[in-house]
Amino acid sequence: MQKCELAIVGGGPAGLAAALKAREVGLEEIYLLERDNFLGGQLVKQTHQFFGSHKQFAGIRGIDIAEKFKDKLEDRPEIKALKGAVAQGYYEDDVLGYSYRDKFFKLKPEKTILATGASEKMLSFPNNDLPGIYGAGAVQTLMNQYGIVPGEKILMIGAGNIGLIVAYQLLQAGIEVKAVIEATGRIGGYAVHASKIRRAGIPILTYHTIKEARGNEEVEAVVIQQLDEDWQTVPGTEQEMAVDTICLAVGLTPKVDLAIQANCQMAYVAELGGDVPVRDKNLQTSNPRVYIAGDSAGIEEATAAILEGELAAAGAAADILPEGSAIDRERAEIKEKLADLRRGPVGEHIRRGLTRARRNQNAGRDRYTRSWKS
Amino acid sequence: MRIKDHPILEFKRGEKITFSYNGKKISAYPGETIASALHAAGIRKLTHSQKHQRPRGFFCAIGNCSSCLMVVDGEPNVKTCVVEVQEDMVVEEQQGKGDLSAKV
Ligand SMILES: Cc1cc2nc3c(=O)[nH]c(=O)nc-3n(C[C@H](O)[C@H](O)[C@H](O)COP(=O)(O)OP(=O)(O)OC[C@H]3O[C@@H](n4cnc5c(N)ncnc54)[C@H](O)[C@@H]3O)c2cc1C
Ligand code: FES
Repeated sequence: MQKCELAIVGGGPAGLAAALKAREVGLEEIYLLERDNFLGGQLVKQTHQFFGSHKQFAGIRGIDIAEKFKDKLEDRPEIKALKGAVAQGYYEDDVLGYSYRDKFFKLKPEKTILATGASEKMLSFPNNDLPGIYGAGAVQTLMNQYGIVPGEKILMIGAGNIGLIVAYQLLQAGIEVKAVIEATGRIGGYAVHASKIRRAGIPILTYHTIKEARGNEEVEAVVIQQLDEDWQTVPGTEQEMAVDTICLAVGLTPKVDLAIQANCQMAYVAELGGDVPVRDKNLQTSNPRVYIAGDSAGIEEATAAILEGELAAAGAAADILPEGSAIDRERAEIKEKLADLRRGPVGEHIRRGLTRARRNQNAGRDRYTRSWKS
Repeated sequence: MRIKDHPILEFKRGEKITFSYNGKKISAYPGETIASALHAAGIRKLTHSQKHQRPRGFFCAIGNCSSCLMVVDGEPNVKTCVVEVQEDMVVEEQQGKGDLSAKV
């Protein structure tokens, strides 16, 4: 079994930033496991100018940010970045098992950073399992990574940033977007994105929900319906649309399976997207060997994921390396940047969510923690 | 359908390759995943649910949800949304849970 100082699971912005920072502050044996055959996580499919609030990245396309990270990693061959390596399990003796090139390997890291990203949320409605109903991220993957269109006529559900951006990207790929529907009374995404959609003549229907999908072998039509202010459906407002694709942009939920296996104490925090590991201000979980960062710690955005990756790496390094004030100063700086990013009304729900996720203050139920370890 | 002109992206597709799907020949480009190549050929139903035999396509396209499992070169339960298609690959719709011992 291979031993190492630090293992990072996930090669998205959080994991990449963690690997680089860990090396920078002096760790030597670093493994980065990425299940895909490429690094960059969600960034590789983001062709739009970034909606980041941070000076660092606003105005740059996600794909270009991913390239920058890859270049930096190439200058650090001492970081063992394995592509196509799937972390399969975190065991009771703190061994991380992963598969790589058809073989199974075991790794015993002193510290592990989980940066596994998120999964898309589903909605319940009749026939929601038909082929042709896709997550917004999946549509983006198909279009922007593989250059294949998801269908010809599409309904977008959700008018947050992701729904609006992907709707616009569908237009760029020459697909007919019938409408963007949104259950609440307001468009959650930025006005720039919404006006691009409107200018193209596509209606954004607030107070509308999906009633059902129709079709035999795949989606052939969709029925939408109006909601009143109490979110009750308004009878008689059903409207059928001929579409072959329905795209769900109704949020993401942190991917926390490995954290649960590592027996990290969990808490349900709606503001962060669902069940998340309880953590301290340094992103250390209740299992002292495990840190979390990025979307798997709470759904936010790429700049936050990058900074969290760095913070987690600095935390792991501070635990491993002999005491030194350099890392502490570094940590304080990263925390300052994160606080900056989360300031103001836009960051309010994240701040509330984080308060709840830190040492479980008023946090929701822990549905997972078992008792094999105290 | 494959995108030809895109305002931002350029798709550098290499030489065409072919693979088989339920015995039919399908063409694809290197680097495409099995599910995306099938999608480009108009095949969106990849499998069916075990209990009620309902048709299933992909959902997440990043290997999270297992909605796209197929038999690939005799190996069942392959997540076709993340596995790249190869020349002469044999892709089949899966019946039932798949038999792991079948693969040598
Ligand atoms: C459609 C869309 C548009 C967006 N637009 C913006 C934007 O404009 N601006 C912005 O700031 N943010 C945007 N975001 C959000 C941003 O992409 C994410 O917040 C960011 O990518 C999170 O980074 P991460 O590293 O935590 O996760 P990810 O980027 O999801 O990376 C996680 C990585 O972990 C890997 N992984 C998962 N499980 C395992 C395992 N078991 N073993 C090995 N590897 C594993 C995955 O393959 C993946 O590469 C957008 C998101 C979406 C879906
Ligand atoms: S579509 Fe979700 S795992 Fe393949």
